[in-house]
Amino acid sequence: MSLVRKSAAELGALVASGDVSAVEVAQAHLDRIAAVEPRVNAFLHVDAETTLAQARAVDARRAAGDDLGPLAGVPIAHKDVFTTTDMPTTAGSKILEGYRPPYDATVTRRLREAGLVILGKTNLDEFAMGSSTENSAFGPTRNPWDLSRVPGGSSGGSSAAVAAYEAPLSTGTDTGGSIRQPAAVTGIVGMKPTYGGSSRYGLIAFASSLDTPGPFARNVLDAALLHEAFSGHDAMDATSIDAPAPSVVEAARQGEVAGLRVGVVREFGGEGYQPGVLARFHESVELLESLGAKVVEVSCPSFTTALPAYYLIAPSEASSNLARFDAMRYGLRVGDDGTRSAEEVMALTRAAGFGPEVKRRIILGTYALSSGYYDAYYGQAQKVRTLIARDFEAAFHQVDVLISPTTPTTAFPIGERADDPMAMYLADLCTIPANLAGNAAISVPCGLADEDGLPVGLQIMAPVLGDDRCYRVAAAVERALEDRWGGGLLSKAPGL
Amino acid sequence: MPYDEALERFEPVLGLETHVELGTASKMFCGCPTTFGAPPNTQVCPVCLALPGALPTTNATAIESTIRIGLALNCSIAQWCRFARKNYFYPDMPKNYQISQYDEPLCFDGHLDVEVNGEVVRIEIERVHLEEDTGKSTHVGGATGRIHGADYSAVDYNRAGIPLVEIVTKPVPGTGGLAPEVARAYVTELREVMRALGVSDVRMEEGSLRCDVNVSLMPRGSSEWGTRTETKNVNSLRSVERAVRGEIERQAAVLAGGGKIVQETRHFHEDTGTTTSGRSKEEAQDYRYFPEPDLVPIAPDVAWVARLKAALPELPRLRRGRLQREWGVSDLDMTAMRNADAVDLVEATVAAGAPPADARKWWMGELARRANELVVPLAELPITPGQIARVCALVGEGALNDKLARQVLEGVLNGEGSPDEVVAARGLRIVDDEGELSAIIDRVLADNAAAADKVRGGKIAAVGALVGGVMKASRGKADAARARTLILERLGVSE
Repeated sequence: MSLVRKSAAELGALVASGDVSAVEVAQAHLDRIAAVEPRVNAFLHVDAETTLAQARAVDARRAAGDDLGPLAGVPIAHKDVFTTTDMPTTAGSKILEGYRPPYDATVTRRLREAGLVILGKTNLDEFAMGSSTENSAFGPTRNPWDLSRVPGGSSGGSSAAVAAYEAPLSTGTDTGGSIRQPAAVTGIVGMKPTYGGSSRYGLIAFASSLDTPGPFARNVLDAALLHEAFSGHDAMDATSIDAPAPSVVEAARQGEVAGLRVGVVREFGGEGYQPGVLARFHESVELLESLGAKVVEVSCPSFTTALPAYYLIAPSEASSNLARFDAMRYGLRVGDDGTRSAEEVMALTRAAGFGPEVKRRIILGTYALSSGYYDAYYGQAQKVRTLIARDFEAAFHQVDVLISPTTPTTAFPIGERADDPMAMYLADLCTIPANLAGNAAISVPCGLADEDGLPVGLQIMAPVLGDDRCYRVAAAVERALEDRWGGGLLSKAPGL
Repeated sequence: MPYDEALERFEPVLGLETHVELGTASKMFCGCPTTFGAPPNTQVCPVCLALPGALPTTNATAIESTIRIGLALNCSIAQWCRFARKNYFYPDMPKNYQISQYDEPLCFDGHLDVEVNGEVVRIEIERVHLEEDTGKSTHVGGATGRIHGADYSAVDYNRAGIPLVEIVTKPVPGTGGLAPEVARAYVTELREVMRALGVSDVRMEEGSLRCDVNVSLMPRGSSEWGTRTETKNVNSLRSVERAVRGEIERQAAVLAGGGKIVQETRHFHEDTGTTTSGRSKEEAQDYRYFPEPDLVPIAPDVAWVARLKAALPELPRLRRGRLQREWGVSDLDMTAMRNADAVDLVEATVAAGAPPADARKWWMGELARRANELVVPLAELPITPGQIARVCALVGEGALNDKLARQVLEGVLNGEGSPDEVVAARGLRIVDDEGELSAIIDRVLADNAAAADKVRGGKIAAVGALVGGVMKASRGKADAARARTLILERLGVSE
């Protein structure tokens, strides 16, 4: 089997045993990238020499007898919203085109420490705002299952790279579903850890109280290995949780659901959901029951108000977070011809540097925070947020995990929702509650929709710091479905 | 309008917003050092430059200092509060928002008692909160050094992120014509509280203490407050007083002329003592405050706050009262010492063994004069309280007289060494050798026969000239009292 078809765990073992060098593994993936990138456009930046240098360093460490971790020498695609000192970091925006950060994000640093070999930086909706990667200033990424469709977003470059076998692993960030939704529509695993479980230091902020770094992989165990490699307390992030968390790798290996109480969220399903998505979801419920889980229906009434609350809170924070892009210290500078004031240069730069969706959200957030409107918008949204957290809390008194479809529909065609922000926003309907409450949630493939043959994701939500439960349930579902299919869902994907 | 007339017609209402830069070793939200005067943009990092992805973390010492300030100002301490973002665009503010506090200040509802002309005035404190400083813009070119008309501006981010405590008073009515003095006394007292707490070096000239002065007028007999202005660029205690006075006169003239006061920020000019209009509040920003999502709430432990309160140092007003009693000095002398920043120095000198009267005499006399000549703060003279105490001891044991003592101080200030080293090197010890003194007296009597005769003839007052002659001949090193006794003995005259 070609190296690019192997799992991260297998590649790590091959490198550790010396059967394959990290350089060979990296080169195989660079070759695959060269072959499929013209069609997929998952990467904004690939630099073979930088990648190979990292791989050589891993091989040198192995040769020196260093104790390498399980992912040493495994290639990874890194979302271009994390700072990297050796590669540009743009957040998918013209305003940061060519920007080279002087420091590594904590996630980047931990990837390096684990010996992961960074292949390049992946495409995203500008500043992670979007659900399709069409908002990237550098062109859309295409879904490997159907190149006319979106790979989800905002981490669409990362989902596409893994689904297209350009990388066995990738990083993402999930603010309203930006890991789980792209994972679902590309047929891979994507995990949003508990808020505060993975560090935001060096993650270019969209919405500070929601942004959560997390892993993508083609299987649950690989996702757990990556999750464990870069998560954990970081003193550089004040919202980082300093508490021991159960091992997600252990949970992914167990994959046991017998006796587990599973709640089906009543509010997610019905009108607006694609029949094929609902069909696969209902099969998943039956599957879990057949594996010994006790499935009940649970009502979380406030979840229906999550989407509007999210579209007040996230843009409000974004309007403030993106104020720093002002042409003064870094990034694009427009109109500085010696005749204009600093304020004029700031305004011209921001007008030229931000795309329409980013501007829409800055304006929305600025409005929601304005004196006289704050209570009605931002203040009210925070109350909704509290209600959502309470619904989760009440639900987790009854059940161990909650499940729902990850997305209402499968991957939609590029351009279909580009001019309809509301339709675009609905892609995150089911994923947003976990962001607002800070819970852990994962998306695992659960089949293909009958009407279009495209992947469907099952979302598993767990309490804060209950990340291990997500992996345990996801692994059980994955194992049972792979037995049924005779392989992973991606084996059904058309070749590129 | 003349000040007295203004006060006959209007009652001033004061408000003071004071910013104090804390003297923490590192900045508020990152680990950068806070040294004053470092080359521009050398004390910066991704966090205080607001590079993409950087996040703030809170300086625990700054929180502690702010709580101690609140406690010293008799405030309640919040059991739970948050930082908030104050959003506005300005090139010297890297994030284009300032991390500050909004409706949940760390400390609130306190007071500070200040003294003016022996009267105690209670200034109510609205709030004490913690925030970060901005960078510093320098506007190059143009006539005024201000942004209007400048060719370009340079920004130094060394100051960006230095912890800043804002102390806001409630409106202070009822001070009448003493409003300028009350304002000054408040800032003076606040400064001393900060020093006693050791939280800041509170140097107005370096900007580590900055004061914005709010003034409004209401017509006598009215109970409706007038529109206030906020005056900035008030950089000394004297300026605080002058700014209040100037603003009272200006507003009174506007109101008396039938005009309206515009709510605005005004800029104080040190040279003329007047204010000019700055940015109008009408074009002011909506700061869109919201809780800072990058930081977790502050929830000071109640027992910890109680320990901080118990460990507060003696506060300046109580301390001054105690010292005044111990030293037996008048209100006037005490005020003079405060105004000269001499209280700590005198206290340290007394602690080193000097009699309080002598310690005060040197610091407020000779040394104050020297500091004035050199244009340095008294505390920065190159002489220590211990050295002054040693000089006092030498005078006390009769080894020096005042004139010699002054020469010793001069030597110490010139860097010639310790008082004892200066005495030795310059040969300044009083002539205590009776034989040597006798010889000098013989010479003086011989040279001044006429004066000697007058004394012999009973005109004892004439002995002064002879003593003067001895002092001159000994170049000041003789003990004048001893010389007088010896001369009278020699001339066979008794008093």
